[in-house]
Amino acid sequence: MNASTPEVQSHGGTQKTQLRQMIKKMGSLIGLIGLSLVLTFASPYFLTIDNIMNVARQSAINSLIAIGMLLAILTAGIDLSVGSILALSTVMMGIVVVKMGMSPVVGVLVCLGIGILLGWLNGMMLTKMSLPHPFISTLGTMNVARGLALIVTAASPISNFPASIQFLGAAFIGPIPVSFILVLVVYAVFHVFLNYTTVGRYIYAVGGNPEATRLSGINIDKVLIIVYTISGLMAALGGLVLVGRVNSAYPLAGLGYEFDAIAACIIGGASFMGGEGTVWGTLIGSMIMAVLRNGLNLLSVSAEMQTVAIGIVIILAVYIDVLRHKAAARVKT
Amino acid sequence: MCEYLLSLKGICKRFPGVNALTDVSLDVKNGEIHALCGENGAGKSTFIKILTGVYQSNDGEMLCEGKVVRFNNTKESFSLGITAIYQELSILPNLTVTENIFLGRELRIPGFGLLDYRRMNQLAKTALLELGIDIDVTKTASEYTMGYQQMIEIARALIANVKLIIMDEPTSSLSGREVDVLLKNIHMLKEKGIAVIYISHRLEEVLAIADRITVIRDGCKIGTMERSEADEEKIIRLMVGRTLEEKFPRHQTQKGEIALRVRNLNQRGRLKDISFDLHKGEVIGFAGLVGAGRTELARAIFGADKIDGGIIEIFGKVVKINSPKDAIHHGMAFLTEDRKGQGLILMHDIIVNSTLTGLKKFCKFGYFIDQKMVVAEVDEMMRELQIHPAIPKMTTRLLSGGNQQKVVIAKWLCSKAKIFIFDEPTRGIDVGAKVEVYNLINRLVNEGAAVIVISSELPEVMGISDRILVMNSGKITGEFSCLEVTPEEILKAATGGISHECKHA
Repeated sequence: MNASTPEVQSHGGTQKTQLRQMIKKMGSLIGLIGLSLVLTFASPYFLTIDNIMNVARQSAINSLIAIGMLLAILTAGIDLSVGSILALSTVMMGIVVVKMGMSPVVGVLVCLGIGILLGWLNGMMLTKMSLPHPFISTLGTMNVARGLALIVTAASPISNFPASIQFLGAAFIGPIPVSFILVLVVYAVFHVFLNYTTVGRYIYAVGGNPEATRLSGINIDKVLIIVYTISGLMAALGGLVLVGRVNSAYPLAGLGYEFDAIAACIIGGASFMGGEGTVWGTLIGSMIMAVLRNGLNLLSVSAEMQTVAIGIVIILAVYIDVLRHKAAARVKT
Repeated sequence: MCEYLLSLKGICKRFPGVNALTDVSLDVKNGEIHALCGENGAGKSTFIKILTGVYQSNDGEMLCEGKVVRFNNTKESFSLGITAIYQELSILPNLTVTENIFLGRELRIPGFGLLDYRRMNQLAKTALLELGIDIDVTKTASEYTMGYQQMIEIARALIANVKLIIMDEPTSSLSGREVDVLLKNIHMLKEKGIAVIYISHRLEEVLAIADRITVIRDGCKIGTMERSEADEEKIIRLMVGRTLEEKFPRHQTQKGEIALRVRNLNQRGRLKDISFDLHKGEVIGFAGLVGAGRTELARAIFGADKIDGGIIEIFGKVVKINSPKDAIHHGMAFLTEDRKGQGLILMHDIIVNSTLTGLKKFCKFGYFIDQKMVVAEVDEMMRELQIHPAIPKMTTRLLSGGNQQKVVIAKWLCSKAKIFIFDEPTRGIDVGAKVEVYNLINRLVNEGAAVIVISSELPEVMGISDRILVMNSGKITGEFSCLEVTPEEILKAATGGISHECKHA
């Protein structure tokens, strides 16, 4: 394996550190491979094209939401409102397209627009109203958006969307679900955004030390507002995929999705303390969740037991995060 | 009883890629004040952390009163009577003085299990009185200054009957009077038979109180000597392994146009009617006691805190500075006194930290960072500033104080600033790195920058500034030319003895 790049070797003496960092980065990938191996032996159906594509499709929505969540977590924040934003943005699209008969283009714009608007509001409340923690601003939005979704639909689902809207969530190109291709494209964009743009680098900086970042002349408020706006947008995009998949928008959609998204980030190696976490780690985190659910389904484990299993995996993943921080602190404080 | 309270033999500690300590041996006698000197990064902190069980040595053994010991954490070392008081105090500001002193060792009312505040308050009070301090122990610790908080920590050690207190740069954030009190109390501890390992960059303090002095350099012990054998020059020579020709090199620049003009700057309760001019090619030193308002002034000028009135002109133009972003836009740089808390993102590497302010200039198409350009520039900067170890991907948390400061300097060089504000630029930095910082300041001035240096060390202010402004209670109380001022005059202005009318007032 190519454990260290030539650039690193030229500095010498650091290969051990580099190797350790590689293992740290690869930790979740090793987990995913291990889990897949176990399931391959446990179920003959697991390692089939059909099933793998099924997993890819099932992971898509969580992957999309999780990448928005990653931004919030990188700034040492959290976005609890994503599930509700998903619900409100999709039912509004339903109202516009199905009930009012407008063009699907307008519907999609309404859906994404609501995501952007609510995310922006989250950011504004956090920065301009100086609410002490995003937990509070997004908790508020979570309730408001869910309530509004129930009110505008009178608590009933909206179905029969045109095929064009269902494309993202339901269509396939060959054997590959469009939703998974969308995920890969979005993740590639985020990878570039976080690593090769100033705002992306500032997001890591804010999470690492907000005061030092501010004194370095960076407008922290702006960075945070961008972060939550993007998180809202990604929740709405996830909603678009969900509507395609089930051909329905319903006010209780996305219930608890925020926790799956957070879990994906954490399992993928993001630190709750902020400043640490990668795009590809998050994708792997999301895949681990999907593979686990899929595997437990194949093994006919009851839905109740599945919930227990997911819970344990989340705790284990965070525990690994804790151990990692302890190890880092031990190296030098 | 054996002669040595503690003896360490052949201690080695390796971190990934670095040998922090190599074969270090040290003995501490009962009731001895043992000073530990060394440049930043020499391994003092690592050594202390092994002593207290924060780290474990890779090699070597430690004897405590003749018995071999190995500490896995600070609790174990504490139970044997060893404790450390760090530069950053570990006082919990929201708890009362008593609660801090008894934290983890609370006294309970027998039979009930409830906390016995009456007895604890009494004992806390007695311990503090022994240290010559009479304060209300039922108030929260946050109400007291750093100097008092340090005494609270020492009282905590006294209550626990420790045998050895390690003090790591205990005077770095104390005012002159507080230092005197501390040194007196260290003598008192000695008389009670408590040993002290004293770490300080202020060699005059070391020479004033130490019984023996041990110098370490690059992770190796260079030698231990009795105080009678030591003088400042000798210690410095052993610390740096060479002689420092000139402690305060001077720049050779004529001052030019006015770079920064401040008029009637006010900030409620903190700054009052501050006016001064800073010229191109000039270094102004700000002297004063801790809390005189110097840092507050720097933060106000830099837009880090709001001001309540006043005019700031930069190169002849009135500017509005509402945030650090505005200040940087107008060519200012601010090197904060708290490097770890406000200067660096410790979890991130040298590349990220040193390019944070100037990231935009590496952008292609307005938004996308050219990573190659970044790495090339960082490489160059690291060579220029001699940042060590020269590993751009090194997490800044792992660097020594001096090298951390260099990374902060790199960050501001990257921003192409014209006006630099250095707040305590050499705090906690060793002698060698200090001179490097001074040289760097001079280089900036020679290249046409204007520099403000805030420093609590008088020789430093007098050594590197062209002009000295003294602050006291948020006001400028004196202005001196460096050539004709005495330390006494500065101290008088700083303590309010006399009030020099400021030229621009």
